[in-house]
This record gives sequence, C-alpha cells and structure tokens, in this order.
Amino acid sequence: MKLIEVKDLEKVYQDGEVKTPALQGVSFGIEKGEFVAIMGPSGSGKSTLLHILGFLDHSTKGEYRFEGKTINDYSKNELAQIRNKKMGFVFQMFNLLSRTTVLENVKLPLIYSDIKESLWNEISLKAIEQVGLSHRVNYETSQLSGGEKQRVAIARALVNEPSIIFADEPTGNLDSKSGGQIMEIIEALNDKGQTIILITHETYTAEYSQRIIKLRDGAIESDERVLERKHTHKDHFVK
Amino acid sequence: MTLKNALKTSVRGLRTNRSRSLLTILGIVIGITAIILVMSLGQGAQNLILGQIQSMGSKTIAIAPGRHPTGISDSLSTFTDSLKNKDVEDLQKKSNVPHLSRIMPIVFGSETATRGNKIHQTTIFGVNNFFAEIYNIYPEQGRLFTDEEIASKAGVVIIGSKAKEELFDSDEEALGQKIKVKSQSLRIVGVLPKKGQFSFISFDDALIVPYTTAQQYIFGIKYYNRVVVEADSEQNVDRTVEDIKTTIRNNHNITDPNKDDFFIETQAQAMDMVSTILNVLTLFLAAIAAISLVVGGVGIMNIMLVSVTERTHEIGLRKAIGATEKNILTQFLLEAILLTLIGGIVGIILGASFSFLASIILTKFAGLNWGFTFPISAALLGLGVSAGVGLIFGIYPARQAAQKDPIEALRYE
Repeated sequence: MKLIEVKDLEKVYQDGEVKTPALQGVSFGIEKGEFVAIMGPSGSGKSTLLHILGFLDHSTKGEYRFEGKTINDYSKNELAQIRNKKMGFVFQMFNLLSRTTVLENVKLPLIYSDIKESLWNEISLKAIEQVGLSHRVNYETSQLSGGEKQRVAIARALVNEPSIIFADEPTGNLDSKSGGQIMEIIEALNDKGQTIILITHETYTAEYSQRIIKLRDGAIESDERVLERKHTHKDHFVK
Repeated sequence: MTLKNALKTSVRGLRTNRSRSLLTILGIVIGITAIILVMSLGQGAQNLILGQIQSMGSKTIAIAPGRHPTGISDSLSTFTDSLKNKDVEDLQKKSNVPHLSRIMPIVFGSETATRGNKIHQTTIFGVNNFFAEIYNIYPEQGRLFTDEEIASKAGVVIIGSKAKEELFDSDEEALGQKIKVKSQSLRIVGVLPKKGQFSFISFDDALIVPYTTAQQYIFGIKYYNRVVVEADSEQNVDRTVEDIKTTIRNNHNITDPNKDDFFIETQAQAMDMVSTILNVLTLFLAAIAAISLVVGGVGIMNIMLVSVTERTHEIGLRKAIGATEKNILTQFLLEAILLTLIGGIVGIILGASFSFLASIILTKFAGLNWGFTFPISAALLGLGVSAGVGLIFGIYPARQAAQKDPIEALRYE
C-alpha cells in the first residue's frame, strides 16, 4: 500500500466569475520512506499540491488516498487529528510563536494530541536533540538565528513522530550555510526511514532527494529518480 | 486538549500583549467598580436608615387619617380630619386596647416664627414628651414639657438648633425668651442639639410644642394628623393593631373595613417599604453603571478582533499542526473571559476600597454612623457579569479565529 496516492487531481480557484486552474490532472504515488522533491516555477501549482496533500485544502476533482483511505471519508475534526498525528509541517517562514521558548514551540503539537502530558517534556527534548538545539531549549525564538529557527520548526514537525514531513521551501529564507545544515537534518531523518516531501524551486536543494517531480502549469512535466544524489558531507554546503 | 492546557495557552496569549491586555480591561474595571460601589453604598444607606427606624422602637404603631394613598395625586384626596380626641381617649381605655403602654397624638404643619424682626420658616410639631424617646432626641438646654403644660395648653416651645440660630444672635441666650407663631406667644423651655442634615429625621429646623397648644392656638383644628401608639411588647403589636382598628371603627360607626377612614402603619411595614424603595433605587443606579460594562465589552470585542487578525499566522499554524476549530474557539474565548474576569476582580477590589473610603468619610465628616458593608451578592454578581461580558463579546472574535482557513492564515503577511 502506498502512503500517498493521487489520481487526476484537479484544483480550480474561483474568485467571483474568474476561474483559475492551479492543478489540472495530477497523478502519482509516494511510498513509505521516500524522499521526494516537488519542483516548479512559481505559479506551477506546487504549493497548492502540498496543501492538498497536507489536508489543508481540498481538491476540486480527482482522488487522494492517504494510507489507503480516501480523504473525503474524513470529517474536519478527523483531518485535524491526522494532521496532528501523522503529518509534520516545515514552512519557509518558520511560523514559530514569538516570545515563547524553543521547548514550548516544539511542544505545541502535543497540546492537541492525546499523548499524556507527563511525557511532553521528554518527547520534546528528544526532538530538540535530533536537530542539535539542546543548548537552546529555554531560549526565546526571537533570540535565535534563521537556521536555528528552522531547526526548531523541524523539531516541532518531528515531535509527534509523523508518517510524513512536508517541507515547503525550508531553505528559502536562509543563507547557504544554514540551508546546508537544514538539508543535513532532513537527509538524516530520511536515512532513518522518515518519509519527506520537499517543495523547492532550487535544483541543488532538490537533488538531495531520491525523486523529483517537476510541475509546470498545474501538470506534471517530469517524474524522475535522482541518479546522482547529493549528500551533505560532500557537496558545496559548508558543514 | 484539556481545559488546563487551554487555559495555559490563553494566559500565554494574553501575556505576550500585556500592556494592551491591561488597557483592554479598563472599561470592565470601571464598570464593575461602579456597580460594586453603588451596591455597597446602597446597602450601607439601607442599614443606616433601617437602623434609625428600628431605634424608634419596633413596638410603635402609627395611625393616620384617611385611607392608604395609592399615589401622589391621591394623597390629597385621602386627607381627612377623622382622628379626633375621642379616638385618643378611647384608645387609652384598658378595656379597648389592653396592651397599649403609651400614646402620642401629633399635629404638624408649616408656619412662620418671628422674634422682633427675625423670621424663620419652620415646621411645627405638636406632640407630648413621648416624642423625645421615639426620636431619641432630648433638649441639650432646658427641659421637656410638664404634664401641667400639656393639659393647660401652655404657650411653651422646644426649639431646634437651626431655628435657634435663625431667631437668635450667636451669643444670645434663648432659654426663657419668647417667640411668636401667628399671634401666639411661645416661651422657650428647651433647645435641641444639632443632629446634622444627613440624619433621617431632623428637628434642627423645627419647633416642638404641646399638641394641645398646637391644636387650639396655632392651627385651630380639632383633629390629629397622626396618633402614635406603643404596645407593651413586640409580641403584642399585631394584637394591638387589631384592637386599635376595632376601637376606631366602633367610634366612627364603620362596619365595612374597606371603608376605613384611617390606616395603620407598623414599624415593620415602614421598614419593608423603605428597604423596597432603597433596593429599587440601588438596582436602578447599578443598572446605569452596567451601561459602562456594555461599552467595555465592545472595547474587548474590538481588541479581540484586532488580536485575531494580528495572530492569523499563529492560528494557521495551530490548525496545520492539528488544532480543531473548537480548540481555536476555546482559546480565544477563554482569552476574552480571562480578560473580563481579571477586570471584574480588580473592579470588585477597587469598588470595595472606594466604598470603605466613603464609609470613613461619611462617618468622620458627615457625622453619620455609617458602617462599611460589602455584599457578597454584589461580588458574585460582579464576577458573573464580567465573565458574561467576556463570553458575549468574545464569541464573535473567537468564531472569526476558529473559521480561518489555515492556508490563508499561513500565507497572511
């Protein structure tokens, strides 16, 4: 069973009389443990696709199966629960709570979960350790650098041990050094079996993945394995 | 999400905007302060006045002529001269009213008192010595009337402190001097102490004369405006009221109680009436104060709407990581309720403090025996109302927050 399977996915944005198609018949599948990059110029529909895959938006037409079950079978609350339990999100703008510590930010998804409160600290600290920020646990997020902020966001995405992590241009706001560190973490997570979908418009970032899906005008232009994967320890990123 | 964590989340939300949160609750603080102050002062006034009525004795019964007025315009038409000397005489007979211990006929009216070229507009009370005990006021100079003076309709008077100031120079001795009311010359046998204008019943302005004198020489009437009776004990008040009714009805040949040309008020009834009036007044003032709560509530709604817009990112994020609409609604609603509750608590403390200050000032400077009272009901009301304001004015912004589309919210710059 594929983790994610979409078939003839279509999305049309309607603003009054004007209809803007964003996706026009997209089909693919993603296996557990895969690291897939979705590429395309702006307006190609990659963000729309990510939102639909992440249960943040509905398609206009087509079918989306997550863990074998059609998304239409879920209620709004169930969708929120699945987002909470099985999905992790990393955004370009970090989206951390200001004036709040690293620990509290990472803990945030746990508040909405059914995990016992007595375990929250332990789980959160483990996630923070995974992104190498144990020395910043009680810092407020405003005191962190951009790269550190994104690492907090990754720890927050990890904390619920999700089936899949969606990363939307995670290096887009970072310098190349910090970006390299972020990719290193993402790569390491994938090495441990974490499924990852990465959205990017940079080819050199996409080449860390195993597979690149290129979108153009809302349709798949190409869907290819990466023959020569980049690895953080031997690429142009300074470690 | 447990309520405890929802609360934590809301407290954190409020803390990040501390100064704004404080400004927001100002309207609620003022509103609750006003309500608590009004209710506390109202209770204090009620205690004071009821205390004064009670000090007149719970055994006293007042008989008035006419029937119970049904309204202001009605009170003139009910005026009659039905209470005569024969009634007073019959009431005094043990066979008629066995538990009567004392009786005082009263006549009163407005008159002008003169002394030389000095003029004083005054109220004249025609009474007997029983008045001093009922109203707890005794001459500070001179004496009360003698039985002989009352029986002989003597031209003697006890004057109030203000009346004395009006009719005499400050260094003049009033006792033994004569003043004139109509053509009747009255010799001053007593001067009353100053009671203060805040007192419930004030004789500062008044002239007190024997009722016999007032009836014949001042007002020229043969009836009484009131008759006050004291029962020998509190338990016998109700019985005595019935005895009085029977006696007067016999005298006046009344068989149908609905056609009574007199009515009776006991101290208990008077207290009931006064507390009803004061309660209505207090509620009325509190209701006016409550208007400021509505204003405060609109202020809260306004700020919450700004806050929701400002925190669109946060809302989007929370939804993306698994918050349901209910979670978000709870968070913002709790923030609003917490805000107003804090405002309510501050308001209760402030209101009680101001009321306490007022009680000190009234006691020290107005010479009132004003006890500070803090009605628990007012505090509970204050808390309930402030939480209610939070709920009512918080629900709209909270719904706006809950219904935000996570994508739009994440995209919002």
